[in-house]
Amino acid sequence: MTLTIVDGLIIGLYLLVVIAIGVALRRRTRTSEDFFLSGRSIPAWVAGLAFMSANMGAQEVVGMAASGAKYGLATSHFYWVGAIPAMVFLGLFMMPLYYGSRARSVPEYLKLRFDEKTRLLNATTFAFMTVISSGISMYAMGLLLNLLLGWPFDLSIWLWAGIVLIYVFMGGLTSGIYNEVLQFFLIVFGFAPLVILGLVDIGGWSGLMASLADISLQRGYPADALTTVWRHTGSADTNPLGVGWFGISMGLGFVLSFGYWCTDFLLVQRAMAADSLSAARQAPIIAAIPKLLFPALVILPGMIAIGLTHRAGGLTFPLKPDGSLNYDLAMPLMLARYLPTGLLGLGITALMASFMSGMAGNVTAFNTVWTYDLYQAHIRPNASDTHYLNVGRIATVAGVLLSIAAAYLAARFNNIMDLLQLVFAFVNAPLFATFLLGMFWKRTTGHAAFAGLLLGTIGAALHHGLTIPQHAIPGIKGGWLFIVHTYPSEMAQNFSTAIMAWTACFLVTVTVSLITAPRPDDQLKGLVYSLTEKGYEKPAHWYLNPTLLAPLVLGAAFALNLIFW
Amino acid sequence: MGLDLRLPIGALFTALGLVLIVYGAISDPAIYARSLGININLDWGCVLLVFGVAMLAASWRRTAK
Repeated sequence: MTLTIVDGLIIGLYLLVVIAIGVALRRRTRTSEDFFLSGRSIPAWVAGLAFMSANMGAQEVVGMAASGAKYGLATSHFYWVGAIPAMVFLGLFMMPLYYGSRARSVPEYLKLRFDEKTRLLNATTFAFMTVISSGISMYAMGLLLNLLLGWPFDLSIWLWAGIVLIYVFMGGLTSGIYNEVLQFFLIVFGFAPLVILGLVDIGGWSGLMASLADISLQRGYPADALTTVWRHTGSADTNPLGVGWFGISMGLGFVLSFGYWCTDFLLVQRAMAADSLSAARQAPIIAAIPKLLFPALVILPGMIAIGLTHRAGGLTFPLKPDGSLNYDLAMPLMLARYLPTGLLGLGITALMASFMSGMAGNVTAFNTVWTYDLYQAHIRPNASDTHYLNVGRIATVAGVLLSIAAAYLAARFNNIMDLLQLVFAFVNAPLFATFLLGMFWKRTTGHAAFAGLLLGTIGAALHHGLTIPQHAIPGIKGGWLFIVHTYPSEMAQNFSTAIMAWTACFLVTVTVSLITAPRPDDQLKGLVYSLTEKGYEKPAHWYLNPTLLAPLVLGAAFALNLIFW
Repeated sequence: MGLDLRLPIGALFTALGLVLIVYGAISDPAIYARSLGININLDWGCVLLVFGVAMLAASWRRTAK
């Protein structure tokens, strides 16, 4: 794939606007709250779109198309089951506490609700995680651009990191949020022509179903297994995900989804930056509306790509070293096939934008947690606001440099990264039990929350050490203690690990809470749902009312699950 | 916040739309074999232009108020 001057011009225009936004925001960023929380002045629709696209890093975009090619339409479980309900729940029931308590970060909420040690545990693991995941996605993008356009790996890494650094350094979270919204529109307008052309070419939805039926049968599944979401989940063996309905609904739909969407500060920070409590509640629910439709933009191209492999003159997926198809190339292959120079530049710009805003999202969350929850709480309390603003800017530089280091670490020692990600998964799995109990059961105590998180993480590790997916070698895939159970797939094992960690954390937290002294009610006002006033101000427009939007969004998600049952 | 986000979004998409329309008008039709014979640069450029101008208009309307 080669780019021409027009493609270059399109990429250049985008970069120009990105830098211009940073410059324009620099003068408006005067206090630490401007820098870390956008001065709590972001309108609901901007916060909502940023909330939605903060999660859509390039890895996610490329990965969703890859999963579309591998698992078919069932990939949309990650949207309609694994995102929408949690986003609506966050908006309706959790934002009043995050926003109303005036906490400046998710770890700070834990400090207000529980105690310092719970915050420290969460803040430290979160800070590490953001740097590592930003590094991993940089590495992935460096590889992809090298493969597609022949750009040197080092150049990609330093160039993109440099641009992210410039705009976050100048405008802080506001720069990050503005670029996420820009990225949202670039993804929509960059990938929509691809989907339209692809669908026309393959003969519409019915043509796609027919092509995928062949592939499904060939892989040993029922003919419609790649074009339906629930029909074949009665048993893990008859659907390409290799997970049954219980694992999908409880593991993905409940534990993993709520744990991610409702507690990950990278996302919650976008809603915390909203200009009012009402806007903060609307943001995740507004975000859920495009989230409902995004499978058409990111999963469908992967399905079309794999469908085209069975046609004369269609597509050929390159093979991985182990002989399996390299599904990660689904999106790039589609870009190269359908987009002529000009529009191709727009498609590549969309990929780059999602890469940069994914990285900026991690950096803005990192600098906030570092400055407020680690530096101000433990290293230097009671300094001036300007001091913390400067610390935040330095943390931005440090965060970008650490991400670059992580990217090179990923390039050199891939197995270390796999191990780190596994450990983070153990740490994250129990989180939602802690928040659920903390927010909705006033009896929950700090010691209980801390013990629950630790034992939940240990529970996750133990479950992983005792079980293994089919055909895997004991080690990083599990079974490193001894094997008591074999799962049909890695995904089934992951979902069960999450359920196990959540249950362990829930039980430990309840038990310890009952034997430790609770905090008096008046200290928990604004932190626990039942002790919080709910006189919400009226939203700017009646159609933005969360109590109206929430059932509509949930109903639409339900309908989509039925239509593609 | 002071800076209305619709302004840079509108400016970017208006510019992108114009670039694609001009390029679509002067480019060799042979490059559209891969987009099923449709001059997708021209067509999609119009879509981007309409979106960009709408965003700019919304931003100006707010400033005028």
